[in-house]
Amino acid sequence: MATAPEIVGNGNQITDKKKRYSAGVLKYRQMGYWDADYVPKETDTICLFRITPQEGVDPIEAAAAVAGESSTATWTVVWTDRLTACDSYRAKAFKVEPVPNIPGQYFAWVAYDLILFEEGSIANMTASLIGNVFSFKPLKAARLEDIRIPVAYVKTFKGPPTGLVVERERLDKFGRPLLGATTKPKLGLSGRNYGRVVYEGLKGGLDFMKDDENINSQPFMHWRDRFLYVMDAVNKASAATGEVKGSYLNITAATMEDMYERAEFARDLGSIIVMVDLVIGWTAIQSMANWCRKNDMLMHMHRAGHGTYTRQKNHGVSFRVIAKWLRLAGCDHLHTGTAVGKLEGDPLTVQGYYNVCRDSYTKQDLPRGLFFDQDWADLKKVMPVASGGIHAGQMHQLLDLFGDDVIMQFGGGTIGHPAGIQAGAVANRVALECMVKARNEGKDILNEGPAILQKAAQFCTPLKQALDTWGDITFNYTSTDTSDYAVTPTASN
Amino acid sequence: MMTNPTGRLTQGQFSFLPDLTDAEIALQIEYGLKQEYAWAVEYTDDPHPRNTYWEMFGMPMFDLNDAAGVMLELKSCRDTFPQHYIRMLAFDSTRGVETIAMSFIVNRPAVEPGFSLVRQETNGRTIRYTIRGHEADRAEGERYRK
Repeated sequence: MATAPEIVGNGNQITDKKKRYSAGVLKYRQMGYWDADYVPKETDTICLFRITPQEGVDPIEAAAAVAGESSTATWTVVWTDRLTACDSYRAKAFKVEPVPNIPGQYFAWVAYDLILFEEGSIANMTASLIGNVFSFKPLKAARLEDIRIPVAYVKTFKGPPTGLVVERERLDKFGRPLLGATTKPKLGLSGRNYGRVVYEGLKGGLDFMKDDENINSQPFMHWRDRFLYVMDAVNKASAATGEVKGSYLNITAATMEDMYERAEFARDLGSIIVMVDLVIGWTAIQSMANWCRKNDMLMHMHRAGHGTYTRQKNHGVSFRVIAKWLRLAGCDHLHTGTAVGKLEGDPLTVQGYYNVCRDSYTKQDLPRGLFFDQDWADLKKVMPVASGGIHAGQMHQLLDLFGDDVIMQFGGGTIGHPAGIQAGAVANRVALECMVKARNEGKDILNEGPAILQKAAQFCTPLKQALDTWGDITFNYTSTDTSDYAVTPTASN
Repeated sequence: MMTNPTGRLTQGQFSFLPDLTDAEIALQIEYGLKQEYAWAVEYTDDPHPRNTYWEMFGMPMFDLNDAAGVMLELKSCRDTFPQHYIRMLAFDSTRGVETIAMSFIVNRPAVEPGFSLVRQETNGRTIRYTIRGHEADRAEGERYRK
């Protein structure tokens, strides 16, 4: 607990009803939104906010204001509160602590009664918790850092349409990470040329290919043409290898009706998987999850746009909260970061996101940014996806960081191979298989990884060429979003 | 191994590597036993990607904690079905998992003709695809003869 004198005690709650409900303005902590003695119920939702009050604003009052403005309060007393069992509906800020090493920033814990949320609706939960308070003037900045969702609410959601376990059973692929690649260039290929890239990648040894987030239906390639050519490529590659293959057909569109039309065509062509972008919104995500469940379809979620609000520590919503909401709303794959690739992600923080996707029971883990235990109540698991600037030369790091239940996607790292796309795919698949084999044999892959790859490169020329081309590439930048409780700074190289 | 002209089946964890030696297989089995998985041996002459159920060679070995014992079962299967695909499977019965945790091929027929793609045109430019194993035209027991 903090030592600053103002962050103690159950100050100032007005209990005399006449005083409490006379017209006028009271402080939020006087109206019942701060209660240091409150013990959260098993059925409460608990939010952890990281708040930066404006100068002169008391941190407890700021926390109480967050609780108020994300539940029942408004800026002045209203008599209509007395028509309700108003204490049930008020959120209660019950703990405030300064953030280590960041003066002026505080962690505030706020509890919300179960009655506040509509069953099975992430749109409602988000509208409730982040719909109002983040623009509040007395706060310079606010971030929803983490959330504990009660089992009572988790059980109202259907969750991922397929889940990690059943996905593996459908693919008949076990005991190793899955491999994918995004078709490059991002934009401009026609349907026929796009299908060529998909065929080469899958034939060479990848499990999946992927549309990019902004490939929907543009003048250079209509969606129907893409779907037809891609499914020809998928089936050809499947016959060539005897493996189940897939390509994530992006069904993101302007309206729900268009999305359903594209999803149905993908299903009719025999695709095992479709893809949506986060920008379709929570309501569309839940609708598509229901559709996928009814049509035996895997649903890949691309987290397009999240970086606009997840990346800065002081303001926004942490990606771990987004990942929790997405697991409830329902998706089977979710991009969660690479730690060692071209996009933002401190290794420990990224592992925290992986835990949220894959755990049956996520435990509090402060260095990984996990502030709460989260019981998932047997909700299906999400397969995390590592994608962005990774290559075969990092296989030992990726396997060590993330284990087997992950999809590793090497877009540039397959298509940019000097000997061609199939060679790129072969290199990635051989690098993966030899690393899994070595790890199972008890080798220390983190330290021996480069040597293990070089040894495999002796029988695999494509791998040798890949290591020669990209062996030295790293993305060495300071992370913007690291844990406040990391023991030592972690390098993402 | 870029164009796979021989039609080598690439199912399982290690099909892109040189075939595992018995010593290497034993190491994988030991790893699985350490994770408390149960090993099983399965064989088939129908390796179509949608054929989930290969024939079981005996029951899953739930109470066998010894790699050498598991290897004996594998040897017995190879002796009985030398021209079949054989795979080792490890089951994980942990709550929330309850599925296969490892799966790799340990025996192949001498010649693998692979699959062809049958295209059936339907409406518009839509095609219905069928993946057809070359050996599947023969009766069970007659396939993959040397």
